[in-house]
Amino acid sequence: MKSNQENTEFELRSLDAMCVNESQMEHKWYHKIKYLVVGILFGIVFVKAEIISWFRIQEMFRFQSFHMYGVIGSAVVVGVISVWLIRKFDIKTIYGESIQFHPKTFNKGQIYGGLIFGFGWAITGACPGPLFAQIGTGATVILMTLLSAIAGTWFYGLVREKLPH
Amino acid sequence: MSFIETITHPWPWYVAGSIVGLTVPTLLIIGNKTFGISSSLRHICAACIPANLPFFKYEWKKEIWNLLFVLGIFLGGVLASHFLSNPVPIEIHPKLVAELQGYGISNFNNLIPVDILNWHALFSLRGFILIVVGGFMVGFGTRYAGGCTSGHAIMGLSTLQWPSLVATCCFMIGGIIMANFILPLILAL
Repeated sequence: MKSNQENTEFELRSLDAMCVNESQMEHKWYHKIKYLVVGILFGIVFVKAEIISWFRIQEMFRFQSFHMYGVIGSAVVVGVISVWLIRKFDIKTIYGESIQFHPKTFNKGQIYGGLIFGFGWAITGACPGPLFAQIGTGATVILMTLLSAIAGTWFYGLVREKLPH
Repeated sequence: MSFIETITHPWPWYVAGSIVGLTVPTLLIIGNKTFGISSSLRHICAACIPANLPFFKYEWKKEIWNLLFVLGIFLGGVLASHFLSNPVPIEIHPKLVAELQGYGISNFNNLIPVDILNWHALFSLRGFILIVVGGFMVGFGTRYAGGCTSGHAIMGLSTLQWPSLVATCCFMIGGIIMANFILPLILAL
């Protein structure tokens, strides 16, 4: 059974985060290498399908190309089917744990923050993932965009209590 | 066409979309992890500059997998650009090319417009807005919204969560307004 302190810890990490997980299992450090491998494959797809192209993002927001809509749309379709299969057949993790889904509650941040991110996405031509891949392709100035994004995240943490949620 | 030739050409949307979509069950099955990238920025804050803010006072070490994932994305960028570089010129919609040429952009050979996104441009007003202000909005907006394209649009919609649909629609509305009405003013600076 989890202690109260652990529960609070989990709730704090879940604040305004989609990606939170709570595997109860402890593994040796090298088990984490698999996430690096998935990331590498993901980065290669980002580059090869030009998802990290500033121009593709501009085409998307100007309705000049179907490409990005196709990528995101087919990803969602594959994701929906996968999650449905996992639930339907109660598929376990490779360690035999039940797979958990964490429902997201609505708050106004999804509207205000969503619009602000949309503005930034169109300006920089990148969401957070592509920033890392763009730097990897040698566009070193994007390091400044990434640092600024980290600063933006930090600033959110600073003013969070004063913002409407 | 040989295999290498095939994979060095730009990949079609349905190949890329399927692989991105498969990331969702992959991360769930290899360790019960929920797909999301913008949280990595929060973990970097929590690890490097928590500044006693409650929002960053959590055990970030439990989320190291997420940092390894984004490190992988960086390395994927390195590998793809070195070993799988595209032999054909990038095709861009002629209307977009014409519009951008009007702002003095003439190099369309890279994934980013190097005429306006470079170290020298960083010190001009236009470059500062495109690089620094834009980046700040990405970091602030994603955390305020509780996720980015991966966490909300892909993971959230895959698990049929309506708040993620609201967020995704707002991402698109914000992007459409910026790209069509405000960005032209910034590019004209």
